[in-house]
Amino acid sequence: MKQTDKQKIHPLDGLLRTDRIPHIWCPGCGIGTAFSSCLIAMKESGIDLKKTVMVSGIGCTGRGAGYVNLDSYHTTHGRAIPFATGMKLANPELNVVVFSGDGDLFAIGGNHFIHAARRNVDLTIVCVNNFNYGMTGGQVAATTPYNARTTTTPSGNPESPFNLPLLAYASGATYVARWTILHARDLTESIEEAIVKRGFSFVEVLAPCPVNYGRRNREKPIDTLKIYQEKTIIKNEAHPLELDIDFERAIILGKFVDIDRPTWTDTYDKIYRHEDQLNEYKAAEA
Amino acid sequence: MRPAVLTGEHFMTGDVACAEGALAAGCLFFGGYPITPATEVAEHISAHLPEIGGTFIQMEDEIGAIASVIGASCAGLKSMTATSGPGFSLMMENVGLAICTETPCVIVNVQRAGPSTGLPTQGAQGDIMQAKWGSHGDYEIIALAPASPQEIFYQTIEAFNLSETYRVPVMIMTDEMIGHLSERVIIPDSKAIHTVSRPKPKGRKDRFKPFQPGPNGVAPMAIAGEGYNIHVTGLTHDEKGYPVMTVEAQEEMMTRLVQKIRQNLSHILHTEHYRLDDAEIVIVSYGVSSRTSLAAVDEAREQGIKAGLLRLITVWPFPEDEIKALADRVKGFVTVEINLGQIHKEVERCTGSKVPSILVGHSGGAIIPPERVIETLKNAFGRSGKS
Repeated sequence: MKQTDKQKIHPLDGLLRTDRIPHIWCPGCGIGTAFSSCLIAMKESGIDLKKTVMVSGIGCTGRGAGYVNLDSYHTTHGRAIPFATGMKLANPELNVVVFSGDGDLFAIGGNHFIHAARRNVDLTIVCVNNFNYGMTGGQVAATTPYNARTTTTPSGNPESPFNLPLLAYASGATYVARWTILHARDLTESIEEAIVKRGFSFVEVLAPCPVNYGRRNREKPIDTLKIYQEKTIIKNEAHPLELDIDFERAIILGKFVDIDRPTWTDTYDKIYRHEDQLNEYKAAEA
Repeated sequence: MRPAVLTGEHFMTGDVACAEGALAAGCLFFGGYPITPATEVAEHISAHLPEIGGTFIQMEDEIGAIASVIGASCAGLKSMTATSGPGFSLMMENVGLAICTETPCVIVNVQRAGPSTGLPTQGAQGDIMQAKWGSHGDYEIIALAPASPQEIFYQTIEAFNLSETYRVPVMIMTDEMIGHLSERVIIPDSKAIHTVSRPKPKGRKDRFKPFQPGPNGVAPMAIAGEGYNIHVTGLTHDEKGYPVMTVEAQEEMMTRLVQKIRQNLSHILHTEHYRLDDAEIVIVSYGVSSRTSLAAVDEAREQGIKAGLLRLITVWPFPEDEIKALADRVKGFVTVEINLGQIHKEVERCTGSKVPSILVGHSGGAIIPPERVIETLKNAFGRSGKS
């Protein structure tokens, strides 16, 4: 679509690969809102965007890297975090934001998540949690609520979902928050804080998937948003143990962890690189 | 502090020589995971990479290791990993990512006997076909097969050079015997070591197409943080790097990925000849098996069989033309390898039914002694043999 003078330019156009629009996301999908929040946060945070990279895995949210007009890497399923780890360690000046989905980051990629958090690699992880595998047509995920219907749990999910903020906290993340796409301002502020934060930061974004998850669980797009409005409580600093997702009860949102501890690069440099050595590299580079 | 190039005369194992070769080649990132018999590569390089400004990380598994290596390479560093059979299998999906995104990296496989856990401490050459087509889809790869600690030192440098030149993962397909063999390794002065870095883009950043090939079929590579705003994906993509889900885009991308190797064979392919000029019987071998074959050539000659050795330094791409040309003038081929006939079948494919082609193979766990090669030569091609 050609932009005429009458059409207003979208404030995020500079950060979008407009030549790749329209995107693949379905009507009513929450990823676009989470993606906008992420781009606004990047812009507002004041970080050097030339030194900012988006890394995604595979899935609906994994397509994010394909639409951002920055250096962007769309990797293999579940491996966005180890890829991003290599990138950050190779060039600590880069701001590395991983934008991916719950299936990618916590089922196939779960092991990498806990280890990157344990190491406190200075990454920002934005996880869009839509409670199912959207790209493949709505299968059960590690985040699907108990008894929810999906194409592979046609009579209800017999398993319990991960409490993602608890997992992040227990693994050593230094920043942990959860919002929904309905709480777009809080979400944007939170992602901004996560980007600026030195350390492993994790933001979970609850998002509707009306075409797959909603349809099979009698939730119209507007119903999901109503749930996000009526069944959520904002409770900053809530204990991560309280953060189970059970739509029969209230869902707690907020910022739960914001602590400081040395990053992987800090401790590696401290133990393996002595100051005179670092000065020598700097001299050699100059 | 130590220099990247450890000039001098040393006594070291193949695994350590591999790590030293990497340091000399300019490797600055290693993502690893322990596995016998490749662990010593990681152990040695973990101590010395930070001393020259590089970074070592032991990841949570081999999948993470190769993913971190590809990420580090996209951020601009020469990067590598080292593993053995089970780890090599785990890395395969991301090998495909490196091929599709044309990300240079070096993967060392110190082969042990498989399948599955196999014989963890005993060598084999059973992953040779996996090196070629272990990841899904169609592609061309480069794989080298060193036969001594000295050679693994040089081939690791060559692996980085080829990888950076062609933007392709390069595999060093060594084996437990060479990896754990201690021999003299002479490391020359750093000025005598030729290293290559990936082609860099020039011109306007906003017009740069990250996958538009240069004259040798290889596109210059922009790295993260240089301001090119590149998009890199494992989906089928066009020259801009954008996903395009059409048959035509697939054809165009695949042709480029395959042709950049196939049209540069004269630069990539290396073999070594031993008493081959007047040979009537060609022994084809590589890695540790080529060492036992060498002894067999001399012994066979003494017994009146005109044998010669064609040693594969590059295993993939395969030296088809050379073997086809030899098939026109010799009486037969014997392939010596520690598997049940992987390169043997490649040799047969090239020789057709022109001359007999025999395998001296072994299912893994031990070297093939020269006597077995000689016996086969005598039975098949000796005076009393069928010839």
